[in-house]
Amino acid sequence: MKNLLLVSLLALFVTTGYSQEKKEVGQKLPSVEVKTLDGTAFNTADISNNGKPVIICFWATWCKPCIKEHDAINDVYEDWVEETGVKLYSVSIDNSRSSSRVQPFVNGKGWEFEFLLDVNGDFKRAMGVNVPPHTFILNGNNEIVWQHVGYLDGDEDEYIEIVKKIIKGEDIN
Amino acid sequence: MLNFLKEDKLKKVYLVPTLLLALVFLPAFLFSQSFLEGSKVSGNTQIDAQVYSEDSKLGITDSTLNYKKFGMNGFTNVRYTNGNFSAYMRVEGFLNPMIGYDNRYEGIGVPYWNVNYKIGNLEMTAGHFYEQFGSGLILRGWEEWTLGYDNNIYGFNAKYSPAKGVMIKGLVGVQRYFWEPYTPDSRGIVKGIDGDFYLNDMFKGMNDAKTKITLGGSFVSKYEKVPTMGFTRDSAYTVIIGDDTVNWVKKTTYQYNLPHNVGSWAARMNIANGGFSLYAEYAEKGNDPNATNDYIYLKGQALYSTVSFSKKGFGIFFSTKWINNMSYKSKLTESGNPPMLDINYLPATTKVHQYSFAAMYPYATQPNGEFGLQGEIVYTIPKKSVLGGKYGTTITVNYSLANSIKKEQISPEIPIDSTGTDGYKSKFFSFGDIPFYRDLSVKFEHKFNKTFKAKAVYYNQTYNQHVIEDEIYDKNELVYAHIGVLDLTYKFTHKKSLRVEMQGLWTKEDKGNWAAMTLEYNVAPKWSFAVMDEWNYGNNNKDIRIHYYNIAFGYTEKTNRISIRYGRQREGLLCVGGVCRYVPNSTGLTITLTSSF
Repeated sequence: MKNLLLVSLLALFVTTGYSQEKKEVGQKLPSVEVKTLDGTAFNTADISNNGKPVIICFWATWCKPCIKEHDAINDVYEDWVEETGVKLYSVSIDNSRSSSRVQPFVNGKGWEFEFLLDVNGDFKRAMGVNVPPHTFILNGNNEIVWQHVGYLDGDEDEYIEIVKKIIKGEDIN
Repeated sequence: MLNFLKEDKLKKVYLVPTLLLALVFLPAFLFSQSFLEGSKVSGNTQIDAQVYSEDSKLGITDSTLNYKKFGMNGFTNVRYTNGNFSAYMRVEGFLNPMIGYDNRYEGIGVPYWNVNYKIGNLEMTAGHFYEQFGSGLILRGWEEWTLGYDNNIYGFNAKYSPAKGVMIKGLVGVQRYFWEPYTPDSRGIVKGIDGDFYLNDMFKGMNDAKTKITLGGSFVSKYEKVPTMGFTRDSAYTVIIGDDTVNWVKKTTYQYNLPHNVGSWAARMNIANGGFSLYAEYAEKGNDPNATNDYIYLKGQALYSTVSFSKKGFGIFFSTKWINNMSYKSKLTESGNPPMLDINYLPATTKVHQYSFAAMYPYATQPNGEFGLQGEIVYTIPKKSVLGGKYGTTITVNYSLANSIKKEQISPEIPIDSTGTDGYKSKFFSFGDIPFYRDLSVKFEHKFNKTFKAKAVYYNQTYNQHVIEDEIYDKNELVYAHIGVLDLTYKFTHKKSLRVEMQGLWTKEDKGNWAAMTLEYNVAPKWSFAVMDEWNYGNNNKDIRIHYYNIAFGYTEKTNRISIRYGRQREGLLCVGGVCRYVPNSTGLTITLTSSF
């Protein structure tokens, strides 16, 4: 019985995969429940920025390149917001061992993004994130149009270029 | 009788292809173009492959490798969504498992799949799922690829919100055990219910209150067909026959009284107000003799709490944990490594370190009893101040501690931890005299200018090797280590940067002193090259003062990443979330391919 189910699931994936070739639309965000820093429930489908692009960064307090990425963006974030109106959602995948460290950590660092806690990795799994850092860029319609894994010094320059292209309506590929 | 059986078998033979056809074509029929428009497929994949070589320095030969000169661990996740419906599956393969992963993983299959839909306030999942109640003290399903850890639950999971601010979850299922299908003798059935109550959403008067309060509670139970098991107890006595004294040992066999059902409950609260936040959870578990606690009838107890305060540029955090006899598995005879069939999760209150030497002596949660503390202060000296410079300086101080709890004898004639008894008595929040772990770290981060930034970290660690590696509860094998790290990044241009990392570890115990250096040259956003060496220069045995050298190369294009590494992997404990896996020495070529779509 299990095999049958699997075969039908596969068929589903294949038929869909085929149909998708016809339409080039970015994916909408999955609807998964995460938490804000004050413990309030937040549905990820509600991530939005009034028709302007959104950057979503998956990170963890134990992830060295993630912190580097956040630091680098934080240095230029004010300029980014001023120039493009972009909004950054920073999603921590710290589990219950370190999730309560997130708020004092981000405040101590002086980072000023929108923070979400994905304590058991539900949003991470739904987004197909293997390991942090993993960065997504959404267009004004909240569709995922670009993503990138890892962080190397200077990657943030590419993020803002993509955001600017989206605003101008240019092809980002 | 024989004929009947045959006929039955025949029926099955026909039934299978019919069902198969129906199920294959059903989706195709159902998904007429209009339905397909809402369909989305996404997923990700990771393949790690290793080719091992012989290495006389590390004592690795073809026979120590069991002639398995190639190892590969890989997975692919595929997620299908259409409106409120979604389906998920993960294909995993271990052909053969890479060195350090359990051989029982060998094989390929689909250990995780589910279908899920949402209607109104109800969300249903059938198949495999990961769920967490509160901080996980009595239930957490999770998966960590790098550890080879997966305790997913296979069954049904429902989430329902009957009113604004109320979320009720319920689940029933059985847990993953390598590739072994569920049978009543193989493991138990897990059931659980959990509620979250967001008071600010529930009560109108509190809607706009600055203080946010969430209360929660959960109940979990496992049923298991228990085995019949006994134990022997020796009692010594002396007989005097004439002038001779004869010592006798009497062996008596007893049966364990093993419960079929083991329940647990937990209550929690979260209070937040601006930069202030308090979380506390208390849990209890019923009488649960098992292989981890050496079959004692004692109940389990756990408390986990954290409090933090922060404002821009300053954060302080403090957490405490007290656990007593909290190993909770869906099979009572299961123990050892890798940990399997864990129903709950006991977070370690020690910091997860980012640098390899700081992680050389990691802490693993001791489920039989542990007292833990952690405190951290993060302070950023403001930008454009004398000490902060143009970009500010961040200072992080962290201290964590884990100790035994105080155990007292239940009666004078019964030693502590005697199997088949209540084991011991322990006062709530008691503090024992065996140090398990100590860790102090001080970190400075400073950006000097647009091209140069630096981090410097000092760690002082005490590691109880007996407790953490061998489960021997004494203080005879303590490792005291000092660790220093200097991490410098220099940007030549916007895209080209060089990172230099220097590490030193100094200890008189275990393998002695270590030194390491990494050079990493990056060309954003695609290329990265690195050479690194970890040298055990202070090993007491001069013959094994080994260089663990590596060269690595990485290429990233959007979400595709390939990395190639050649060199030696140092043996040690790899830990994630307080769960550890032993990684043996190896030499060879590693290729990792990851991708998301």
